[in-house]
Amino acid sequence: MLEATAAIFRRCFRWLRKRSILNQLWKHAIIWMTIAFALFPVIWIVSAALDPTNSLASARLIPKDASFINFRRLLDSKQHPFLIWYFNTFKIGLVTATLVVSITSLAGYAFSRLRFKGRRSGLFAILLIQMFPQMLAMVAIYLIILSIGQYIPGMGLDTHMGLILVYLGGAMGANVWLAKGYFDTIPHSIEESAMIDGATPFQMLWYIVVPLARPILIVIFFLQFMSTYSEFVLARVLLASSNKLTMAVGLQMFISDQYAKRWGVFAAAALLGAIPVMILFWILQKQLVSGLTRGAVKG
Amino acid sequence: MIVFSRKRPSSPPAGGPVGTVVKIILLGILNALALWALPVLLDDRQYVLLGGLFLGVACIDYVFLSPRAYPLRFLLPGLFFMALMVVYPIGYTVAVSFTNFGTGHILTLEQAMSQYTSRYILKEDLPAYKPQFFRDESGHFAVLLTGSDGQQLVGIGDKAVPLAESPLKPADVNNDGTYEKLGPYQAITGLNVFTYLSTLQNLSYAYRGNVLKMRSLEEFATYVPQFRADKARRALIDFQDGTVYRAVNGNFTSAKGVSLDIGYKTTVGWRNFKDLLTDRRISAPFFRVFSWTVIWAFLSVVETFTLGMFLAVLLNDRRLNLKGLYRVLLIIPYAMPAFISALIWRGLFNTEIGVINRMLQPILGRGIPWLQDPFWAKVALLIVNLWLGFPYAMLVSLGALQSIPGELYEAAMVDGASGWQQFSRITLPLILVALAPLLIASFAFNFNNFTVIYLVTRGRPAIPNALTPTGATDILISYTYRMAFESGNGGNYGLASAVSLLIFLIVGALSWINFKFTGALEEVRENA
Repeated sequence: MLEATAAIFRRCFRWLRKRSILNQLWKHAIIWMTIAFALFPVIWIVSAALDPTNSLASARLIPKDASFINFRRLLDSKQHPFLIWYFNTFKIGLVTATLVVSITSLAGYAFSRLRFKGRRSGLFAILLIQMFPQMLAMVAIYLIILSIGQYIPGMGLDTHMGLILVYLGGAMGANVWLAKGYFDTIPHSIEESAMIDGATPFQMLWYIVVPLARPILIVIFFLQFMSTYSEFVLARVLLASSNKLTMAVGLQMFISDQYAKRWGVFAAAALLGAIPVMILFWILQKQLVSGLTRGAVKG
Repeated sequence: MIVFSRKRPSSPPAGGPVGTVVKIILLGILNALALWALPVLLDDRQYVLLGGLFLGVACIDYVFLSPRAYPLRFLLPGLFFMALMVVYPIGYTVAVSFTNFGTGHILTLEQAMSQYTSRYILKEDLPAYKPQFFRDESGHFAVLLTGSDGQQLVGIGDKAVPLAESPLKPADVNNDGTYEKLGPYQAITGLNVFTYLSTLQNLSYAYRGNVLKMRSLEEFATYVPQFRADKARRALIDFQDGTVYRAVNGNFTSAKGVSLDIGYKTTVGWRNFKDLLTDRRISAPFFRVFSWTVIWAFLSVVETFTLGMFLAVLLNDRRLNLKGLYRVLLIIPYAMPAFISALIWRGLFNTEIGVINRMLQPILGRGIPWLQDPFWAKVALLIVNLWLGFPYAMLVSLGALQSIPGELYEAAMVDGASGWQQFSRITLPLILVALAPLLIASFAFNFNNFTVIYLVTRGRPAIPNALTPTGATDILISYTYRMAFESGNGGNYGLASAVSLLIFLIVGALSWINFKFTGALEEVRENA
């Protein structure tokens, strides 16, 4: 009996050694510790979302009487229109991303296919100008949007149009380089034959280059969507009334120092807010990571 | 390659006749809109805006009509938004940083003076009148004023005259001495007065150098203007005591040094920058914020890349099991939107009820004042930023590791190098060279990491006695934000812009170094 047990242990041990698990054990231990750190807030937020008590003070890891009541409270809240914030965030994100992709395709095409004076210095200028984070000029942007609003009320402070206008300022940036680089790899022969048939450059862009460059345009679209989705500063500066807010500003105002009373509902909202971006992140992982090594820093 | 030759620039634009017509119509509408805006902007004296508008429209016309400018049509939308929302704001920031623009200094000198001359003081010793209100069919108002001495005045437009001199005659007297009619005007009776209250309240009539204004529904009192403007001397003169308030440096100040409440907007030269460096009440908090910003950005880079590189080296081991799973789990913090993570961490770090203190309580016997104590607030921020940033560092380190040729390690093994020697002599130096530009970019990013600071600590705990709201964990960008938008006594846009400009310079220098490092400039020249 004892011998048999010992034999089993020995075999296990040999198996572990062969799979090099044992001498790698410390590595696994360290990695698991880091994973615990990485998942710490995630686990707490999931547990809080399911905890009906709705308070941080009584939060526990495995909630008692777990239920989806916080999600109900969230959707029923009259004072804090979460659904509208969600909708606003998506609306602003999608509109901005669509316009940015259009602007980027046009500019990328010109830089890739057309030859004109100042092409190189133009590309270079874009790189230089976009070095400056837009939010540094937030005071000026606030004042500009304020004065635009005096003439075009739909584009002033506390309007989505005004905010989108500000976001579009960043359209001519790294994206143009990304698009131009991809366009350069598309062979020119199709366009040459189209040109013989009398197509204008714009038609060639629309009917030939855009369909062929769809992968990069989709990546630009979603990268832009994600960064607009998470943008906080400018939205905070420009938006004010409750039903105009984006998720980032709305959640910040909702939870500000109300952790004892609103933790559960906040957690539910945070989960709902994080999930779309996380899904996009998984889908785009490859492109993101290859972009990262080229020096892009997530905003 | 398709090359539209520069010698024959007229070759590309060949849209059909329909396209040309549509283009002309759209350009026509645009030009019409600009012309329509002309009188509005002229009226408001917005000359800069006007110039910009017409320059912009002229550019658009040129680009769409001249065959030479054909390629610019593709760049125009992007350039337009970049000019409006990036380049112009940078210029605007520079301009504002040399002014005293802010709450209390919003108006121009002229506007501020006319504000003061429309201020009135109630004179109780001058006669008061009992009003009766009349209204004609087109909605104009007239008031019959009866003084306590029985003198009657008629107020129409902006003047009041004695009843005898007025062309209007009251008619149909009632029992209580009120009238049904005053010339073509009908009396407003009973509760109907309240319908027009907001208009009636603003009625004011000039009478013998003074002004008659409504004090209550039952009384029109005599007011006198408080100030007289002396445009030539750029001064306001108090009617009562004759004090002269001269317009100096954005404020109206008397000889005794007393300033009036509203100032005006004016350029102040380098004063904002000088205040930042020399005015103790501003410079002391500013330098604290500045040094913390540098420390914060530096420590953030060091901690995230230390942990990230370490994990990358572990994960890069070909023999390690479960690599795929580990990568997926470790990347989670990076996939979550930072604003959500930051708000969650703020809750977890809550001193009284936060999860972290409840876990530490049994071990330490007491909670840590995470968000109240300057030191611990900084520690909390660094923990949050480690969490947010290490997956990124890990991902880029993994990429860099894979680019190190394996032969180097084989050669090292032949020479009998230990694992540590291989790491410190081969891996680390090569990784650092590859990652140097990302380290600098990451430093610049954290230098302006508003989201984390503002959402986790909001810059607090506060530094006492600071002139603008400043906290121990504020970094320059959040300091700027709070100076402009969260100050209790109004925003100081001029000073905030001056700080922004300093950040511009620092970030610009960093990016320049980075360009030099990566040789991005050369890359542009080769690839463009």
